[in-house]
Amino acid sequence: MGLDIRLPIGLLFSVLGLLLSGFGVFSDRAIYQRSLGLNVNLAWGIVLLVFGLIMVVFGNRRSENQHNSADGTGRSAGGQQ
Amino acid sequence: MGTYSLFVLGIGVALKRYMKTSADFFLAGRSIPAWVCGLAFISANLGAQEVIGMGASGAKYGISTSHFYWIGAIPAMVFVGIFMMPFYYGSRARSVPEYLRLRFDEKTRGLNAISFATMTIFSSGISMYAMAKLIQTLHILDAPLRALGLPLSASFHCNVVLSAVVVLIYIVLGGLVSAIYNEVLQFFLIVAGFLPLVFLGLKDVGGWSGIKAQLPSAYTHSWQGMGSAHTNLLGVEWFSLVMGLGFVLSFGYWCTDFLVVQRAMAADSMSAARRTPLIAALPKMVFPFLVILPGLIAVTLPIPQADLTRAGVAGTARSEVFAAGRGLIPPKINETTGLPVLDANGDAVLDYDLAIPNMLVHYFPTGMLGLGLTALLASFMSGMAGNVTAFNTVWTYDIYQAYLHRNASDRHYLWMGRMATVFGIALSVAAAYAATRFNNIMDFLQLVFAFVNAPLFATFLLGMFWKRTTGHAAFAGLLSGTAAAAIHQGLTLPAGATAGIKGGWLAVVHIYPSEMAQNFSTAIWAWSMCFLVTILVSLITKPRKETELTGLVYSLTKHPSEGHLAWHRRPAVLGVIVLALALLLNIIFW
Repeated sequence: MGLDIRLPIGLLFSVLGLLLSGFGVFSDRAIYQRSLGLNVNLAWGIVLLVFGLIMVVFGNRRSENQHNSADGTGRSAGGQQ
Repeated sequence: MGTYSLFVLGIGVALKRYMKTSADFFLAGRSIPAWVCGLAFISANLGAQEVIGMGASGAKYGISTSHFYWIGAIPAMVFVGIFMMPFYYGSRARSVPEYLRLRFDEKTRGLNAISFATMTIFSSGISMYAMAKLIQTLHILDAPLRALGLPLSASFHCNVVLSAVVVLIYIVLGGLVSAIYNEVLQFFLIVAGFLPLVFLGLKDVGGWSGIKAQLPSAYTHSWQGMGSAHTNLLGVEWFSLVMGLGFVLSFGYWCTDFLVVQRAMAADSMSAARRTPLIAALPKMVFPFLVILPGLIAVTLPIPQADLTRAGVAGTARSEVFAAGRGLIPPKINETTGLPVLDANGDAVLDYDLAIPNMLVHYFPTGMLGLGLTALLASFMSGMAGNVTAFNTVWTYDIYQAYLHRNASDRHYLWMGRMATVFGIALSVAAAYAATRFNNIMDFLQLVFAFVNAPLFATFLLGMFWKRTTGHAAFAGLLSGTAAAAIHQGLTLPAGATAGIKGGWLAVVHIYPSEMAQNFSTAIWAWSMCFLVTILVSLITKPRKETELTGLVYSLTKHPSEGHLAWHRRPAVLGVIVLALALLLNIIFW
């Protein structure tokens, strides 16, 4: 299929990661009492952001491979998962 | 949640331009890489009933719940990948019922297609009902409803309608690819939402050793005490566990249910299709840690201060009600009196289904809580979408094209698939409302489906591996297996139940120690009856010519060679690795 699944996954998680870590930076420390004093929003937001960005990078690399492959089938040797 | 919904719809829109033929719509054009199919394969099964239900069982039965994964799924997934996928993917069949027509005859296919289509509609309806009910219990939509000036009781209707519309749009636009992509997205969301929960929970109770120290040992051992039904929490002994769950039920589901098999049939090559269930088995093996552990942690914790937890106890005398609960699990509340429901011994009946939701509310602050609930929501939707895509395919290819309108153009069937999606969802909504009114009817239907499904694997096993099996035999075997299931259930009863929907409606000749033990035995009886009758009838009916069965039966099919593949892409190698890991997990948590 034309759309590489890693792009939407990467975008969704980057956006979620940004929202979550952004909220984590500006939120009141008191709400983290229930999560054992850990700022889970910030920490997990960063993890999701990193994951999202990795997915975007891989997704993009694959579609560039497709554009460069001469036969246009998009199944170049490097395009395996 | 809003962000997620937008993404879900966006995928549908982005994929619409690729939907040119019915094969694109129903089979994803057979173009999906193995890892994507693999994740969709488990996600389609990972509806929220599964997540909520496994968390609930974790709280109720402890780590023994992992049998549903390590015994009740992994071996069957390896088997379908290595032995059965060549026939599904390699034959010209576009669906499981269609395979039955190629291998046997029209009546066997009709029986399977019609019972399967009905079942998917009801499961998706029940899934919708469960989601709406949960959101109502957690009061998630209360604030927006108040802002709109609507009564709080509208929450249920809003949920049913909103989820139906979202699923409808993305499937009508993008077909199976859209459903598969969303399932993969949902897989990652579930992991993202539940991993921090398990981490926080384990940190709080002092890790696995902390759980072990605080709970009776039956909760932390999966095999110990399986010698007798009375020495373990599940109430079954090892034979009916291994045969009933591990063999009949699990092989019947993973190897013959089109809902999951459809995901593998969308793969881009034969070897990818065979690897799909094997790749799916790897995350499936670790899922107990994500969904069962939160349940276990919920019962390990002390009963919390009432104000911490809001689910399930709105408007009642909170602290007293909570005192009757266990850890984070509140007792079931009688909706009219507001008091806990008591069982025959006067103990409170616990509402285990709230284990996971209450864990989320207990540990997650604003922010993470949104992510956790989105994950839950995502799993409801993809569970529904899985059923709907399986339904529209079976309806269009196996019922509409087979019996109602043959030889139409491909464009017409594509149109029909979209229509089937619309009325499939409309019927699911109707089923969701039926579930609110007639709870007993739903229980009854689920029972009937259990009877119909139990013998299925015997038919496939004989059909694929014994060339002598005939169509009449398959049909007779299925019917007699279903009858055997119904009769067995009618003659037995689980301990403590009264005759009726739980069994014993013919006469009570045997009492099982638990409902689970009864279910497993019903399955074993149904399977054995179908197996025997199919063999006997095959021997007295005329077999088909061998040339007609090429590609459909094991001994008459050329086996795909995989010598050229790297070791990590060979199904057999992957299968052995998966089984070894599953064995290891069973030993660790013995």
